[in-house]
Amino acid sequence: MVVFIIRRTLMMIPVLLGATILCFALVDLSNDPVQDRVFEIEQSTGEPVPQSTIDALEASWYYDRSVPERYWIWLTGLGDTNDDIGLLQGKWGPSIEGSAMDIGTEISSRFWITLRLVLFATIASIGIAILAGVVSAVKQYSRTDYTLTFLGFLFLAMPIFWLGSLFKEGAVQLNKILGSTVFQTYGSGTTGFQGNGWAVFVDSLPYLIVPTLVLMLGGYAAISRYQRASMLEVMNSDYVRLARAKGVRNGTVMRRHALRTALIPVATFAPLALSGAMGGAMVTESIFGWRGLGVYSLDAINAGDTFAVMAYVLISGVVVLIGVLISDILYGVLDPRIRYE
Amino acid sequence: MSNTAAPRLDAEAITSKERGQWELVFRRFFRHRAAVVSLVIFVVVVLFAYVGPFLWKWDYKIHSEIPSWAAPSLAHPFGTDKAGRDMLGAMMQATKQSLNVALVVAIGSTVIGALYGAVAGFYRGWVDSVLMRFLDIMFVIPFLVITGALAGAIDTSVRWYHMAIILAVFGWTSIARAVRAEVLSLREKEFIEAARSAGGSDWHIITKHLIPNTMSVIIVSATLQIAFAILSETTLSFLGLGIQSPDTSLGLLIDAAGASAFNEHWYLFYIPGVMIILIALTINFIGDGMRDAMDPRQTMVRR
Repeated sequence: MVVFIIRRTLMMIPVLLGATILCFALVDLSNDPVQDRVFEIEQSTGEPVPQSTIDALEASWYYDRSVPERYWIWLTGLGDTNDDIGLLQGKWGPSIEGSAMDIGTEISSRFWITLRLVLFATIASIGIAILAGVVSAVKQYSRTDYTLTFLGFLFLAMPIFWLGSLFKEGAVQLNKILGSTVFQTYGSGTTGFQGNGWAVFVDSLPYLIVPTLVLMLGGYAAISRYQRASMLEVMNSDYVRLARAKGVRNGTVMRRHALRTALIPVATFAPLALSGAMGGAMVTESIFGWRGLGVYSLDAINAGDTFAVMAYVLISGVVVLIGVLISDILYGVLDPRIRYE
Repeated sequence: MSNTAAPRLDAEAITSKERGQWELVFRRFFRHRAAVVSLVIFVVVVLFAYVGPFLWKWDYKIHSEIPSWAAPSLAHPFGTDKAGRDMLGAMMQATKQSLNVALVVAIGSTVIGALYGAVAGFYRGWVDSVLMRFLDIMFVIPFLVITGALAGAIDTSVRWYHMAIILAVFGWTSIARAVRAEVLSLREKEFIEAARSAGGSDWHIITKHLIPNTMSVIIVSATLQIAFAILSETTLSFLGLGIQSPDTSLGLLIDAAGASAFNEHWYLFYIPGVMIILIALTINFIGDGMRDAMDPRQTMVRR
């Protein structure tokens, strides 16, 4: 098992490298922050920008070299640098927002905010998907089944940003009616709240409810349909019939014999749910005014801040790849035919 | 002898009419009630978007004679927004732009994905490994970030075809996986061997034998791709990284509606939202009906 995990972790490296190369090339080639900044300065001062300023900007953002060179220096930090770049040395590169906005500090403070949301939402959506899928399959063609299937289709068709806006306003109305603040709808925690990790987490809970609900409903539908299909297939299989025939109680058959096997195909969808939630977090964070990674990446995209976008790409890539690894391990736990030596 | 045979053939012709493959598919599809209803609604939506503007007197632009923030009435069935824009006209334009994107993405990404998947599955070996590793890379790249970054980098105002191209270039991976899986089993079949022994080139086998035989997978994926494209395009437009004003899109209309879900301007929020849901929902049902209709293992008995 340990060997398997190490091998899979090593196999992530080329995938991550490929993804960063492709992203870097696309984002970098499609943006020219130097030109944008020069244009901005010209607009505000009304005078042409001296060449020395342009050169200084280019040098500080490493735009005085070619794209492959810039990628190399972003990755390794080897060569002639201002000592602020080089991923392998733990430096994320200069942000075009200036030296006050260090990408590393921004990301590390925002990472847990986003991860909290994404993990809760993924676990909740997989949980509710399994529940809905199993209930649908066990009560096949009943009214419950049709209702759940229709709800699944409905949430599959519902854009997260619309659902998010609706739930946010709904929560605001509910707060008004109840005269309380059960649901916090703006921000990810009380402003300026200080305390240890657990206190911060407890403080963030009221802020977490509605966005998690939105992401959960946006993500569960696809999985629950697969859960229903695989559960139906297993329930019609011979070994479940055998278990019934030898007199095992129905609940035990469902739990121990049917559900365990039926969960295997669903394990494939865990990483998909995770990457979906990462994408959805961008939307929910911007609706609910969170200062998380998703909003950070949006701001970076709007500013043409290549190094900041790359930081997001890298982190989201690592999170998704860890999701893939966990789903592979789950395979081994669920399916006795799969053993990782 | 001929006298006795002829009536018997006629009798047989009455009981079992010869039916082509597509006729069977259509018959099966029309048995799927939800899919047929969805198809009708979807056609109505398409007519609303493409024919509607010729029939309705207001377009999506701001007019000084339109009152600001008028509630839905006969003069303006979907109301008007703050700037003085007839929302029915705006909805027609927005739906048209979103559908434009969706249809082009469905076709474009399906062509890319089907060819990619067929080549990967047909050649196996190192070609397959390289192509599949590239798919892994595409999976790791956050879709909204890369499409948003490219759309945000367009200097001129972003048009629907910009969005269509960007979404198609990054949205084909699921089709490629589905087609590859299908081709992997097809390539071992006898008719492929026959085509090869008859001297068919690889390209001939891929385009004339493999892809036509995966048509059912491809058509279903292409249909579902419409829903995917609508949701992606509206999300990007909502985030400000898609189609931009003065043009309009369903995502842009919802963004403009802002926090009006529970106040007097509720119609600004719900109408575009319901339109997106309607399109994505009907497309999903149609895709489901097609999957059932095209599956050759499908029997008349529902399991």
